Amino acid sequence: MIHFVLLISRQGKIRLTKWYSPYSQKERSKVIRELSGVILSRGPKLCNFVEWRGHKVVYKRYASLYFCMCIDQDDNELEVLEIIHHFVEILDRYFGSVCELDLIFNFHKAYFILDEILIAGELQESSKKTVARLIAAQDSLVETAKEEASSISNIISQATK
Amino acid sequence: MALSGMRGLSVFISDVRNCQNKEQERLRVDKELGNIRTRFKNEKGLTPYEKKKYVWKMLYIYMLGYDVDFGHMEAVSLISAPKYPEKQVGYIVTSCLLNENHDFLRLVINTVRNDIIGRNETFQCLALTMVGNIGGREFAESLAPDVQKLLISSSCRPLVRKKAALCLLRLYRKNPDVVNVDGWSDRMSQLLDERDLGVLTSVMSLLVALVSNNHDAYWSCLPKCVKILERLARNHDVPQEYTYYGIPSPWLQVKTMRALQYFPTVEDPNTRRSLFEVLQRILMGTDVVKNVNKNNASHAVLFEALALVMHLDAEKEMMSQCVALLGKFIAVREPNIRYLGLENMTRMLMVTDVQDIIKRHQAQIITSLKDPDISIRRRALDLLYGMCDVTNAKDIVEELLQYLSTADFAMREELALKAAILAEKFAPDLSWYVDVILQLIDKAGDFVSDDIWYRVVQFVTNNEDLQPYAAVKAREYLDKPALHETMVKVSAYILGEYSHLLSRRPGCGPKDIFNILHEKLPTVSSTTVAILLSTYAKILMHTQPPDPELQQQIWATFVKYESFIDMEIQQRAVEYFALSKKGAALIDILAEMPKFPERQSSLLRKAEDPEIDTAEQSALKLRAQQQQQQQPSNALVVTDQRPVNGAIHASSLSLVKVPSMSSNTEVNLGEHQKLSEANDTLSKVDGQSSPPADLLGDIFGQLAIEGPAASSVSAEPTSGPGGASPRAADALALAPLAEQSNTVQPIGNVSERFHSLCFKDSGVLYEDSNIQIGLKADWRGHHGRIVLFLGNKNTSPLVSVQALILPPAHLKMELSLVPETIPPRAQVQCPLEVVNLRPSRDVAVLDFSYKFGTTVVNVKLRLPAVLNKFLLPVTMTAEEFFPQWRSLAGPPLKLQEVIRGVKPLSLPEMANLFNSFQLSVAPGLDPNPNNLVASTTFFSESTRAMVCLVRIETDPSDRTQLRMTVASGDATLTFEMKEFIKDHLVTIPTAPPAPLPAASQVQPAVSPTALTDPGALLVGLL
Repeated sequence: MIHFVLLISRQGKIRLTKWYSPYSQKERSKVIRELSGVILSRGPKLCNFVEWRGHKVVYKRYASLYFCMCIDQDDNELEVLEIIHHFVEILDRYFGSVCELDLIFNFHKAYFILDEILIAGELQESSKKTVARLIAAQDSLVETAKEEASSISNIISQATK
Repeated sequence: MALSGMRGLSVFISDVRNCQNKEQERLRVDKELGNIRTRFKNEKGLTPYEKKKYVWKMLYIYMLGYDVDFGHMEAVSLISAPKYPEKQVGYIVTSCLLNENHDFLRLVINTVRNDIIGRNETFQCLALTMVGNIGGREFAESLAPDVQKLLISSSCRPLVRKKAALCLLRLYRKNPDVVNVDGWSDRMSQLLDERDLGVLTSVMSLLVALVSNNHDAYWSCLPKCVKILERLARNHDVPQEYTYYGIPSPWLQVKTMRALQYFPTVEDPNTRRSLFEVLQRILMGTDVVKNVNKNNASHAVLFEALALVMHLDAEKEMMSQCVALLGKFIAVREPNIRYLGLENMTRMLMVTDVQDIIKRHQAQIITSLKDPDISIRRRALDLLYGMCDVTNAKDIVEELLQYLSTADFAMREELALKAAILAEKFAPDLSWYVDVILQLIDKAGDFVSDDIWYRVVQFVTNNEDLQPYAAVKAREYLDKPALHETMVKVSAYILGEYSHLLSRRPGCGPKDIFNILHEKLPTVSSTTVAILLSTYAKILMHTQPPDPELQQQIWATFVKYESFIDMEIQQRAVEYFALSKKGAALIDILAEMPKFPERQSSLLRKAEDPEIDTAEQSALKLRAQQQQQQQPSNALVVTDQRPVNGAIHASSLSLVKVPSMSSNTEVNLGEHQKLSEANDTLSKVDGQSSPPADLLGDIFGQLAIEGPAASSVSAEPTSGPGGASPRAADALALAPLAEQSNTVQPIGNVSERFHSLCFKDSGVLYEDSNIQIGLKADWRGHHGRIVLFLGNKNTSPLVSVQALILPPAHLKMELSLVPETIPPRAQVQCPLEVVNLRPSRDVAVLDFSYKFGTTVVNVKLRLPAVLNKFLLPVTMTAEEFFPQWRSLAGPPLKLQEVIRGVKPLSLPEMANLFNSFQLSVAPGLDPNPNNLVASTTFFSESTRAMVCLVRIETDPSDRTQLRMTVASGDATLTFEMKEFIKDHLVTIPTAPPAPLPAASQVQPAVSPTALTDPGALLVGLL
């Protein structure tokens, strides 16, 4: 299973964290500190796997962002590497050629999307189309709720004028 | 886009981004946190929108790495909001901020459950996602049935069902009992007929977890998995959106093959044939292409197929095809493939017959040891370590040594350890072994642990032929200019013992040796000084006739250190000085060290211990390999097979018949009488230094067969191979005593080992000079799994190995097959499944025997499957505790007893003791500070999970007495728990056995008196 997902910028800033195994706050910070050190210092032509504390971390760099997922020793590394790419492709489609800034200002969107791809540290949906459809449906639910709210407040303000 | 409505959040994020330095950022964040805190304080004024915004800000701040220790409640409370936008934020932020152990989560279990069972599909999705991501045990217990319903419901849409499948997976991981195997296995099989590939992917993940724990129940799923794999591999009926770079869902393919690896074999010939067709197609049809993602995906499938082929033990032809593929991979340029090639080749080593083919790639693997990527270097090191045997040890170890001087620090210690082990295990001759270790110390002294040089000293001491050679080598190294201190230590030790063997050589006279060692003295640490002083004394002793000048020099040194600050050195200096004045007597006192007893290399133990070794995987692999390969090893042959203290003993003993033995053959003796005889024997035995467990075993075996207990023995479902039945125990019991006892004595105190294992889950259960029985246990609810590790410490096999479990009536135990022979220096793992049927303090016994040479060793060992292993501490608040306490009124559900003769413990000590039993002490719950209350949950099949409450009232003026009250919903549990606690309060576990109880007075006790208490053993059977 995937124990956690980290998005780390080249400067070591955290852009997203998602923990599927119970780590305490202290452990989380420690993990982030250690792994940023290990991964950011790796050269460009090395393999995408790092062995770390009895686990493996599969990572891939996209422009200025490192996507990292921590898995068990015996898990299939390449499969997870392509889960990362699958996630990136969906982000790309949603934001329209995604960049780090999109993820900074819309970090909550990234969480919504990740929740449609992974649950319990396992892949939930491998169809990009399905994920896109579900996210669009969520967005429209939020929009409708907002419109309703504003129309109600309009009615109220009109009535109390 | 979506942020149009969240201006406040965007502004805050840009502010943080515009901060020039960390300090400014902190100020900005602190300001925001202060703002949020005040806004949350008067919550009434907050609109849902504002609440949402602040909660997002909190998450952002949290992500930046700042502590956010408030506002969790606000995030959690959003879950109960009626509208989707707020609820969504509540669920997502909660599952990011909190982990499963957080108390706040309990508050929303009901809300979450209502969302799950409610009609609103979007709410269902949110709730399932959160529970799937952070649900803990409590969620598992209260939500699993609802989640199961959703998963199999025909009216739910795929988007809900796939989430339900993974949510159930999470709950199952937290508590496997929530999935009732009997009903669920058919459901699982039906679920695999699912057409929607999203749902199927999630279901397959669930299946992997289920079969990994219990493949037997899910046999019916096997053919379906093969069908799914066929469908995907042939790209038959796979919608376009589920192909990834032209490959039909690579993830589902991988998962399906993973599930198949948990079934021991595929029996049905048709299924097997179709499976192998698919695998063959994958092996042959995967090409390297330009597109990285396509390549990765197809190779993910390929590597999983390789693993499955290995697991299924395919025909040799297919295996060699796999090795050929791996051989190709380890030479490619693409680093990922190279890494995986090495990793899988290491796994392949476990398959017999292919080692020779793998050896052909040795040169290529050695090249990878110099790869720029540390991940790849680690894999290469592991593989070299695994593939090393007598034929290639020299090459491989020399490569490792060469690499050591350039290796990065992160790897040096592991490298040094591995080189030392290989040199020891596979040394073609001993002088080479000495060379290797000395080189190791020379090149990487800082990374050579003391164990390594102790080991070389042991070898040299035990092998006379080796001593002159080692001395010469040690002398040579001393000429080197910059010497590592470890080298000084080992050289000084060896030269002290054996330099007299060289005295005719030039430069090796006592004076020369002294002078060159003496040069090092000023620069070394005090532990080394101590060794040097001993060496001086030895040199002095060996110099016959005495050389007055040398004598003066050494005496002067001793005198100088007589007032040294370190006590140990001071003492040595004084004593050596005094001794050396004695002349001839010195020769006896400082004679050569005797041979060391044969023992397991502490290095190997170190490498095997996953807690110590950083690369856990390699340790695991190592263990697996040792079982599989049983390569011929030279290592311990070296340490002289002459038994150190056993054989002579044994032969003389075999002439003596212990009188009590005859009683065993007289079946018609009354039970009482027999036991009292047994007691006699025992008390005699107790007088001796070693407790011969076998004696006891005999008595025990005999009674076991006569008594009513026989039923419980035969009820035991599987026993060891080849007649490890009650009959066999009988036969053993009647075998002449001399054959089976006293020659082999346990190392360490068997009883103490048992007691310490009662409070931890891994450790050594038994050890003697031939075998070590380790144990690892895992307890979940009323289920337990104990793995016994039987390790042969010798260079010859242990034969007629038999293990028989004698379970008490309340435990259902199933031991997997124990091989009859344990090969030299191999370790065998035997899993043992335990189910607790009802509360009891009786103890299960492992009747273990083996033959080493002509000696039969039989021991009866108590297994730590004791009452407290089936407890799970629960913390309770006063509101939870007292209603329950009051509702359980009076006997038999609530029992009270005044206990005297308690070993005096302070309250904190007692609380610690209770916590170590898994009884969770609730401080301050009882208004009286001299009292203590604790609560726990007990698991068994008859009681299920049942809360058990305990109250201790102490008397501060007399700590040897107290009043204990125990309450639970089950009378037996209450009684057993009370007695269990009493046993631990009254007796001190290491105390000598109490007077042995008469046979009639059966006192079912987890008595801490171990093997010397036949009562305890008997009870295990009754």
